[in-house]
Amino acid sequence: MRRVRLAPEPFDPHEELRRFGETRTTAGGIVSFLGQVRQEEGDPVEALELRHYPPLTLPGMDELALRAETRWRLIATLVIHRVGIMVPGDPIVLVACAARHRRDAFEAADFLMDHLKSSAWFWKREKTAEGWRWIEPRGQDHADLARWAES
Amino acid sequence: MTLTLLFLGPLEDVAGVPEMSLDVAGAATLPDIAERLDPALAVAITAPRVRIALNGQLVAPADVRAGNGDELAFLPPVSGG
Repeated sequence: MRRVRLAPEPFDPHEELRRFGETRTTAGGIVSFLGQVRQEEGDPVEALELRHYPPLTLPGMDELALRAETRWRLIATLVIHRVGIMVPGDPIVLVACAARHRRDAFEAADFLMDHLKSSAWFWKREKTAEGWRWIEPRGQDHADLARWAES
Repeated sequence: MTLTLLFLGPLEDVAGVPEMSLDVAGAATLPDIAERLDPALAVAITAPRVRIALNGQLVAPADVRAGNGDELAFLPPVSGG
């Protein structure tokens, strides 16, 4: 079972996980990751916006989940990614993988997150007192991606 | 004969607009399109790391042939999650 979607409005990660877990009774474990808009002391970021390109973004996420299912033994996969304007504390991305054994679930969730961060079709900008500013890709994200290169 | 250009992410700031219409006589190549634009925008959309989608499908820059009714999207390096 694969559920992959874009969320133009805020979503409730706890409710999503509850529903995801409900029917996954054959799973030995579910690994999930929730990414949210960071708020640090003295952080000037007031809001964050994620843009996407509809013809490629969701099909690309779906393809990514399919790759994870081919590589690890998964019972179910959940990927929800926000688009639009968010404020600190808002969920951005939720990934969950259900598997009979924990190692498959851990690795697949890690794989999905690294790819969502660095190869999915999203563009991010931040709003501070000076206005909106586009965020450049981080070198670390590409290093994270290299971990998964097929040998 | 109108071609639609879409500018994603930071390219929107270079273009000043998220989308633009261009009148074209026939099937235009990337250099044909670039020479019709502001020089700074022409440089930005032809940068090596910018990917191009023609009507929602990725294409190699050299293969761009875009004409009436087509949509050409310029996709700079992503910065998601």
